[in-house]
Amino acid sequence: MLKNRIIPCLDVKNGRVVKGINFVDLKDAGDPVEQAKIYSDGGADEICFLDITASNENRDTIYEVVEKTSKKCFVPLTVGGGVRSVDDINKLLNCGADKVSINTAAVENSKVVVDSSKKFGSQCVVVAIDAKKNGDKWEVFTHGGRNNSGIDALEYAKKMEDSGAGELLVTSMDRDGTQVGYDIELMSKISSKVNIPLIASGGVGNLDHLVEGIKSGKASAVLAASIFHYGKYSVKEAKQYLESKGIPVRT
Amino acid sequence: MNVTIVDYKSGNISSVINSFKEVAENKVKIEVTSDVSKIKSTDKVVLPGQGSFKSCVDALQSIKGLVDCLNEFVMNKKKPLLGICVGLQMFADVGYEESETKGLGWISGKVTKIDNQNGKYKLPHIGWNQINIVKGSKIFKDIKDKSHMYFVHSYEFVPTDKNSISATTDYSSKHVCAVEKENIFGTQFHPEKSDKTGLKIINNFINL
Repeated sequence: MLKNRIIPCLDVKNGRVVKGINFVDLKDAGDPVEQAKIYSDGGADEICFLDITASNENRDTIYEVVEKTSKKCFVPLTVGGGVRSVDDINKLLNCGADKVSINTAAVENSKVVVDSSKKFGSQCVVVAIDAKKNGDKWEVFTHGGRNNSGIDALEYAKKMEDSGAGELLVTSMDRDGTQVGYDIELMSKISSKVNIPLIASGGVGNLDHLVEGIKSGKASAVLAASIFHYGKYSVKEAKQYLESKGIPVRT
Repeated sequence: MNVTIVDYKSGNISSVINSFKEVAENKVKIEVTSDVSKIKSTDKVVLPGQGSFKSCVDALQSIKGLVDCLNEFVMNKKKPLLGICVGLQMFADVGYEESETKGLGWISGKVTKIDNQNGKYKLPHIGWNQINIVKGSKIFKDIKDKSHMYFVHSYEFVPTDKNSISATTDYSSKHVCAVEKENIFGTQFHPEKSDKTGLKIINNFINL
């Protein structure tokens, strides 16, 4: 039976983790490689790096981070943030990323998704959708949530599936950072609309939220950042809790 | 001993390289090449594969002499080869991804799209699933039945000879996820991304 995945996400800026695990015994709390290794040793099903480096001259730092991490972690590694072109994807994959998530570039030009899935296979193309509720629908935002494209998130999700995306990483901007739980309605609507797996993101504050994301949100995988970073829960505890609620996990 | 990972410019093989190097430490030489003369003289071959069946077969064929060299290595010299993901799928006679494409024909059978039962099951089949070991394959030495492996695929290998099946996995139905026929080994899952258990399988192959 296929297991639901738990994916810790690390924000990386200029090659350093900015929101990370706060463990006392950590030699270097800013080292993405060490943090990723802690997660994979702790049972994370996948690791996600979100590169939030703002300036262009420091963009190359992520490549080095990915290269080092992929030599230490032998679970899938997804990298996103600032991915603009097929060439960017190629570089990340060559450094050892297993999947690349595309956000703004996919909204601006879906050909990036078409071309990259043809060239590298759908298995490594994740389309990240940042959605915000407006009335009775959700709209897709770009540029780290700054710009409203006005595009309907449900229709866009379907379009991305048709373009060759292998998975969708859906973040509710209304919930992101609030710790009140995923936007279940958004997740389940998108998941029902497409036949590719959905990774739910944005708003996790406790372990019940992970359960809801899978059971009600119909997500195949749940992504979370802060609940793991600040030591509130370990990945292992999260898995034990999910299992106790009847959700299949890898143990 | 030399283990050669065939780099035929199809998809991303960094993770395969990293995992083999991790396991081999410095005891076994891991070579990454498409150079036919080097592949000819190596001891073991790893055939990765990402993307579509057709794109992988096309890429193999675009390198002059590579398919002949692999045939010779596997069928005549009977040396060990491990196919991963589409690398395994190419063992088949034929694949139906994109268009009907002839495979390497090492293990009789075909590669078809997983029946997702009218959308009841998501495709690709992505994530960790348990394997049912159906025969004691050499690469499964010390691997427990029902171990978790990382999968990502939408197509499956359906071999004609069921004796070649070494493991299956349950998704929309029972799918073949590992094969062994004499010196030919294949996994549909990604041992290179399957944590410690996956590395153990790689170690078993290196130590054959």
